[in-house]
This record gives sequence, C-alpha cells and structure tokens, in this order.
Amino acid sequence: MLNKKHWVLLASAGAITLTGAANAATLEDTVERGAVQCGVSDGLPGFSAPDGDGNWQGLDVDVCRAVAAAVLGDADAVNYISLNAVERFTALQSGEVDVLSRNTTWTTTRDTTLGLNFAGVNFYDGIGFMVSRDLGISGADELDGAAICIQTGTTTELNVADYFRANDMEFDPIVFDTSEQTVGGFQAGRCDVLTSDTSQLAALRIQLDDPNGAVILPDIISKEPLGPVVRQGDDTWFNIVKWSLFAMLNAEEYGVTSENVDEMTSSENPDIARLLGQDGNYGEGMGLEADWAYNIISQVGNYAESFDRNVGMGSPLEIERGANALWNQGGFQYAPPIR
Amino acid sequence: MIHNQTMIDQRPAPSNTLGPVAWLRANLFSGPLNTLFTLAGLYVLYLLLVPTIQWAFINADWIGTTRDDCSREGACWVFVNARFTQFIYGLYPRSEIWRANIVFGGFFTLIAWLAIPRLPFKRWVAVFALIGFPIAAYVLLHGGYFDLPRVPTHRWGGLMLTLLLASVGMIGALPIGIVLALGRRSNMPIVKSFCVIFIEFWRGVPLITVLFMASVMLPLFLPSGISVDRLVRALIGLTLFQSAYMAEVIRGGLQAIPKGQEEAAAALGMTYWKRMGLIVLPQALKMMIPGIVNTFISLFKDTTLVMIIGLFDLLGIVQAALSDSNWLGFSLEGYVFAAFVFWIFCFSMSRYSQYLERKLNTGHKR
Repeated sequence: MLNKKHWVLLASAGAITLTGAANAATLEDTVERGAVQCGVSDGLPGFSAPDGDGNWQGLDVDVCRAVAAAVLGDADAVNYISLNAVERFTALQSGEVDVLSRNTTWTTTRDTTLGLNFAGVNFYDGIGFMVSRDLGISGADELDGAAICIQTGTTTELNVADYFRANDMEFDPIVFDTSEQTVGGFQAGRCDVLTSDTSQLAALRIQLDDPNGAVILPDIISKEPLGPVVRQGDDTWFNIVKWSLFAMLNAEEYGVTSENVDEMTSSENPDIARLLGQDGNYGEGMGLEADWAYNIISQVGNYAESFDRNVGMGSPLEIERGANALWNQGGFQYAPPIR
Repeated sequence: MIHNQTMIDQRPAPSNTLGPVAWLRANLFSGPLNTLFTLAGLYVLYLLLVPTIQWAFINADWIGTTRDDCSREGACWVFVNARFTQFIYGLYPRSEIWRANIVFGGFFTLIAWLAIPRLPFKRWVAVFALIGFPIAAYVLLHGGYFDLPRVPTHRWGGLMLTLLLASVGMIGALPIGIVLALGRRSNMPIVKSFCVIFIEFWRGVPLITVLFMASVMLPLFLPSGISVDRLVRALIGLTLFQSAYMAEVIRGGLQAIPKGQEEAAAALGMTYWKRMGLIVLPQALKMMIPGIVNTFISLFKDTTLVMIIGLFDLLGIVQAALSDSNWLGFSLEGYVFAAFVFWIFCFSMSRYSQYLERKLNTGHKR
C-alpha cells in the first residue's frame, strides 16, 4: 500500500519530470522570449548586486550576460530573478530560471541528485584567513595558538577545526552570530584572525575602520568551486552555458579583450580566428551564430576583465587572482580549446 | 460696623500653581522620590540622545556621491541620498519612472480625497479608487498596452512595491474578512464549516511558510508551461492570510452587538443582508476600528517578509543596495532610513484611525 509519503514523492517526481521534459528546448524558448531567465542572489558584494542605476553587476551576473550575448547577441537581454539559498534549485527545476548563477558550490549531491548540471567554475572559493597587518603573519601555518573570529552555524567552523587538527595546531574559536558582529569582534581586537570564505573576506575587510590594517592570507584551506548551474536533460543549453564561460577564459588566454576584439578579428593566430568565428563556425554545434564568442567578448569582456571589474583590483573588493588565475599563470582556470 | 463694600480685586493665582513651573512641580518634582526618578530619567535621556543626535545630524555627511565623501565619524546619509530613487522605485527602469510617479500621485490624491471630509463626490471617488484606479495603475506600471514598454514585475520594488502589497492586501482582506466572519456565525453547516476551516488553516501557519509554499512548492505542482507571476503569488498568499485575521477581528465586533438588535430587525421584516448591512455591520465595524487598523499596520509591516522570496520591497532593496561593493558597511544608515519610512506610514495610519473613531463616535466612548 502506498503511504502518504510515497504519494508526495510520486507527485513531486512527476512534477519535476514534466517540467524537465517540457523545457528541453530552452534555446528556442529563450530566442522566442528574447531574454535569458537568469537566477542571481538577492545581493552579494562583487557577485551579484544592483548598482545605483538598478542594473545588476557582478561576476555571477557576467555569466548571465555572456550567455545572453552568445544566444541573442545582446548582453542586456537578461531577466534577473533574485533567489535566496533555499529556493534557488526549485526555481531552476521548475523552469522559472534557465541559468542559476548564484555563487553555488559544486558538490556531488547537488550535481547528481537534484536533476541539475554544473556548467563549470567561474570562481574558486574556499575558506581563508584575514589577519591584522601588525602581526606580520604571512601564511596560515603560522597561526598556531591564534584566537579566531568565526561566524556560527556555517561550515567554516567545522572546516577550520579540521584544518587545525590535521596540521597539529591549536586555536581558540570566538564565535559570533552575524557577519557584522564578526567584523566588530575583529575590529575590537577580540581575535587575531577572522575566517570566512575568501570571497566574503574581502567584503568584510572593507567594513573595517582601517581596511589597510588587515591582510588576507593567500592560503585557502577548503574547496568551494562556485559555478553556473542548468537543468539536466537539455544538453544544447548545457553546452551553451559551459562554452560561454570557456569562451571568456580562452579570450583571456589569447589576449583578446573587449577593447581589442575588433582588431583581433583580423588576427593571424588560428586560435583567435576560431574563437572569433573567422575560421569555421564553432557556434553551429550549439545552434548559435559564428560570432557567438565575439559577442561575448565585445559586450562582456574576457574573464580577466570581468574578474578585475567586479571582484579584483579594479573593484573595492581587491581580491587577488590566486586560484582563479589561468592555468599557465599558477591558477586553476583552464578552458578546453575551441577547435 | 464697618462693612467692606468693595470686592477684593481679582489677583492672579500664585506663580507656583500656574504655567510650566506648576506643571513641573506637579508632575516631575512632587516629592523626593519623584525628583530622584526625574533626574535619573533625564540622565538616561542625555546618555542616549546626545550620541544619537551627534551621529545622525552633527557629525553626519549629507552631500556627495561616493563613499569617499563620508568621514565615517557620523552617519553617511550620502548613501541614502545616492540610492534614494532606487529605494522608492526599486529596479524600475529609470526612463519609465514617470509612470510610477503618476501612480504614486493618483494613489496619494485618492487617499487624501477620501480622508478629507470637506471634499465632495466621496462615493464616486471610492468606486474609482477600488475599481478604476487599480486597473489604471496596473496598465501604467506593467505596460504592454498603448505602446508602453513592458516592465516585468521582477523589476518593481522599493517603497512602490511595499505600498502595492500593503494596499492590495488591505483592500482584499477587508471584504473577504467580513464575508468569512459572517459565514462563521452562520447557521448553514457547510458555509460555517468552510469558514471555520479556512480561518483556522490560515491562522495556523506562519506567513513565512505561506510565502515559501507559494514561491518554492507551488511552481513544482503546477503543470508545465503555466507559471504564476511571483508577485501575484505573494499577493494572493498575503491577502488570504490577512483575511483570516481580519475575519476574527470583525467577528469580535459582531459578537458585541446584542442579539436583540438583529431580532428586532428581523421582526420588522428585514432580510438577512439588510439586517447585516443596515443594523449589525455598521456598528460592528465602527467598534472594531482599532482592531482593523491594528491588522492593517501589522500587514504593512509583514510585507517585508516578501524579501525572502526574492521580491525587493523597501527593506529588500535597502539590503540589496548594502551589498553593492561600492557601499559596503553602511547598513546602519540604510536600516534607519527604512525604519523611518515605515514609522511615517504606520504612525499616519494610527492617527487617521483615531480621528475616524472620534468622528464616528456616537456615544459609545467611555
């Protein structure tokens, strides 16, 4: 006999498959609508936040813009739907959004059990440390015996404990409820070290009275790869999102920027010619025009430009490239070639 | 015998029984204990007020466009100033703001018209406010008709969205609440049990759960291809939720009318709707003004909960603006501004309800 729980499961499974099947033609729907439905956060410094004119800005927002540029030739043709952490996957499953670009960590569970696919990594995040400049500490291995300010209820707490135990070091956790209180505790000198995800550390650092009095250590002690997510069952759309990101990375690698992209169309370099659609049509396999990558680069820029503008040295956050540098510059960002 | 034939001239009362001095003596310094409390109270006020005023006014920065214009010694109102348009209209496109302005203008004109007793044609204005204006406002704000560009609801926000949610909630909740309250007192078993179940269900779940169900679960159960707008989902949830509370407030008023009045009306041959509409409800609603306004005010503040389903009401847009990396660290200013705006609206509602009570007072006041 089916009990109540089974019925609910059946009903929800039916609902998800139905919507999944109906939305298999995401590309056609998007072209018909004339805009990409993109799920972003409800405000995360440097990743997605509305600016003074009401336009969304950020590293995650640039993924949406890149997809819109590739598909529709207009990076501004995006409907931004702000989602909180709880409803983000449902919104994607139910078809309310077609791309979820909301600083979502790629994990096994999310990738395999939710009917979703991660289309790549646009930011390698992880837990890092911020210390007062006066202490003269340059690496996480010098933190033995430190008092550490942590926000409670986050996975950070567990990861930090694991790291210190694994390295046979002691630490004194000082726990706070909210990020504002954590900054306040650090400011008041209640701890030597403040820990959080590196993407958040930069935002917390700005809120100090003297941001220059604190440094963010280069060490990252956990893996939090953040990337755009799409529904399973529509491989064309999956490819479009994946290769939009790769196009930005390849453009950085070959030195193509939004400034020089027009000159680069006459480049002799075969890699650049293929990227910009001058040699063959590599958008065809995705149902796109040959100039798909040209549109991305000219309207959104390459990965370096996007990073610098939103979270890097050109932004108030001033996050180092670090793990997010290209593979040939000491980071992890690696895009397969366009061939 | 010598009689004093003239009256003693009137003299002013002793100076210590008149004016501010007397008031101070009577109310603040009437004994050693009260004097002590007064002084202690003044000291606490001094401790609280001086830093607040210094922060909010004296050391505050008012003029500028970027965070560098703020000295960080006091409040940085530059932030609120720079984001003011956004706080009012949300992410509504800048070029289309005139449409929102017309709606704002109409909204406040209609409210003023209905609230100021001297102005004529109240009945027609009320009909327009309840039927014509919402349609006109929707056409203007949403667009898509008469060559107006479409502005999807996810771009609506700020104070505009807060007022929209609150007024739709109020206008919807009051009639539904009245019907539910009458239904709950009805003798018809099906009507009665439906109303009881409806009211108890919506009062039994927290609003945050209702909004979550509407935004997270509902889309999964709807057939594909049918998607209900986020804002509409929130509006329906909010209205049904508040109508259950409203029903109970009004039922309280109905209970207070002696049964004899209804029986007398029935004896005169009045039908049910006449008895209710002419005898019971006018008295019940008048008595329940404080309770109804209480529900309205709590509804107005509850609208901030839509923030959790990704709609940027006034508080939501302030929080989103706080996460702009150019303006990190000004949360206090943002929240103080939001609190001030909410206070203005709630306080006005409260004052108007007190005025209404005095105006409608026909001898029940004790």
